[in-house]
Amino acid sequence: MEFVFFLTAAVKAGTCLLYATLGEIISEKVGHLNLGVEGMMQMGAVVGFIAGFTFGNPYIAVLCAALAGACGALIYGFLTISLKANQVVTGLTLSIFGVGFAAFFGKNFVGKKVPEAITTFFAPIKLPVLGDIPYIGQIFFNQSVYVYFSYFLVIAIYIYLYKTKWGLNTRMVGENPVAADASGIPVDQYKYFNIALCGALCGLGGAFLSLVYISIYPVNVVSGRGWIAVALVIFAMWNPGKALLGAYFFGALDIASFWLQQYTLPVSIYFFTALPYLATVFVLIFTSMRKTSNKKEPAWLGKNYFKEDR
Amino acid sequence: MLHIVKKDIPKTREKIVVRLAAVLAALALASILVLVAGANPFELYFGIIQGCFGSVYRFAATIEKMVPLLVLSLGVMVAFKMRFWNIGAEGQFLMGAVGTTLVVRLLPDLPLPIMLTLMIVVSFFFGAVWLIVPAFLKARFGTNETLFTLMLNYIALTLVTALQYDFWKDPAASGMPKIANLPQNALLPSASGFNLSILMAVIIVLVMYYFMNRSKIGFEIAVLGESENTARYIGINVTKTIMIAALISGGLCGVVGMMQVTSVSGALSTQITGGLGFTAIIVAWLSGLKVPFVVVNSFAFAVLLQGASYIQTAFQIPGSVAEMIQAIILFFILGSEFVIQYRFVSDKTKREVA
Repeated sequence: MEFVFFLTAAVKAGTCLLYATLGEIISEKVGHLNLGVEGMMQMGAVVGFIAGFTFGNPYIAVLCAALAGACGALIYGFLTISLKANQVVTGLTLSIFGVGFAAFFGKNFVGKKVPEAITTFFAPIKLPVLGDIPYIGQIFFNQSVYVYFSYFLVIAIYIYLYKTKWGLNTRMVGENPVAADASGIPVDQYKYFNIALCGALCGLGGAFLSLVYISIYPVNVVSGRGWIAVALVIFAMWNPGKALLGAYFFGALDIASFWLQQYTLPVSIYFFTALPYLATVFVLIFTSMRKTSNKKEPAWLGKNYFKEDR
Repeated sequence: MLHIVKKDIPKTREKIVVRLAAVLAALALASILVLVAGANPFELYFGIIQGCFGSVYRFAATIEKMVPLLVLSLGVMVAFKMRFWNIGAEGQFLMGAVGTTLVVRLLPDLPLPIMLTLMIVVSFFFGAVWLIVPAFLKARFGTNETLFTLMLNYIALTLVTALQYDFWKDPAASGMPKIANLPQNALLPSASGFNLSILMAVIIVLVMYYFMNRSKIGFEIAVLGESENTARYIGINVTKTIMIAALISGGLCGVVGMMQVTSVSGALSTQITGGLGFTAIIVAWLSGLKVPFVVVNSFAFAVLLQGASYIQTAFQIPGSVAEMIQAIILFFILGSEFVIQYRFVSDKTKREVA
């Protein structure tokens, strides 16, 4: 039974990672490596909390968080798409900006509690039928609506990327913008849309932390989880379904270091902190060693597209 | 209709004017933030200048902040020149600091000159190893080095956390999770706030200038960055060049770890980098990967950093404001590159040119 509790907590811990990872997958699919995930999550977390605290309405809080993340992403988008700025440098700057933004605007809210109305709204709800499945019901279907929405998103984003025309075009822009442009796809519009979507999802991931995961607003609520999300994108090999599994695995590792303290282990508990990054490194190496291209990063990842260079 | 075309060669004077305009525009926008924070922006900007140049002590603090940033940026620059995206400077910095501390722990009684020399060598080696692994895999399998080096930052950070909280925890610190301070014979000599790392940085700048602009391998790195095919065609050993560049890039970042542990911080901790490894990437890039500009920009960033810590105490303004101002300035400079690199032409003129 204790293990079931552990896994329930792992799903909860992995959910914020899942949102951000899904966002970054979309951004990387369109060819833009956005290292501003940490910054966008921070912006979502603080704006979501302030909106929630001020209005006491969960919908407004979540919407504001998504908008904040999208605004951050659009700064990045404008600089990298329209002004052709370097993606790595712009992304890192966005992270610096977001961390400063959250620290500045969140300063007066440190120690404040999430309003009652929002806590009740996001409290775990046991789903009928599914929730009664032994073990699985408790782990996956006795969660917050915020978690359920992430299940929905995984399916929706999978369909978007692999089963719709827009998704096909999106992936084509990331693989080969020259060909995409030549076949009449509006490359820049696709990039803007997907990058904004990435920002909104990262914002939602951050707000999950500030509205659901914790009950009192701390000094730094995201504290580096954005970088784990960047790792997770590789670990999941740019696949939304694998992102779900990976997020829960990384979520489990996140809480494992606390949970395992009660046992005597042959390895240092810090090994578990490093494990997400180690696992990612191995995935990165093995995927590059294999010749199959469908499990690799998009071919144009990190490179800007300048029409006149064609 | 308007088209964007690349300019042939941007003029130096234009570059300077555009960048200054970008900084001014950024400061204008940042002023709004400062007003929100409840301060007078002009007073604040003057405060930053005062905090950096107001006294010998403050100027020394500015230089102290400049030195690690400068050497890190030079390290990052070498790899970037080759279009090898080393964003692992944080990790290499930390590993260099680990190597330095390891030397003291294994051989605590060495005389100062030997101790410092050994520390430099070991920290260089530790930093280099942290970059040679991804470089080798990049050369061999095309493994994405941006993501790999990013991951290595966090692996290094976890290693230092484990050392600080567990393996190397100072038993004399009454339960505080910290690593013992270095003994006197392992600290860089200093005089009135200026320590020996400044001299080290000057030497590194001169050597790197020669290396990048005059040496054969520096030339090969630049060619490889322009085009791998050209490099192969003129008979450059690509794998070897990548490995040498990685050795130097990672090594320099590692040496920064040694400089920081033996001067400013006095002990290894998870806090020693202060995010400088990431700032260095921005500095190197904005400097167009040229040594003289790296020196100028490192100084400019050091002024921002030192100014930020001064206004925090003098004006009671949170440090996060300075972080945001820094990011806003960067956004504007990144955007202004477009004005320098490209220009708009109408359809008509384009046809005439063609």
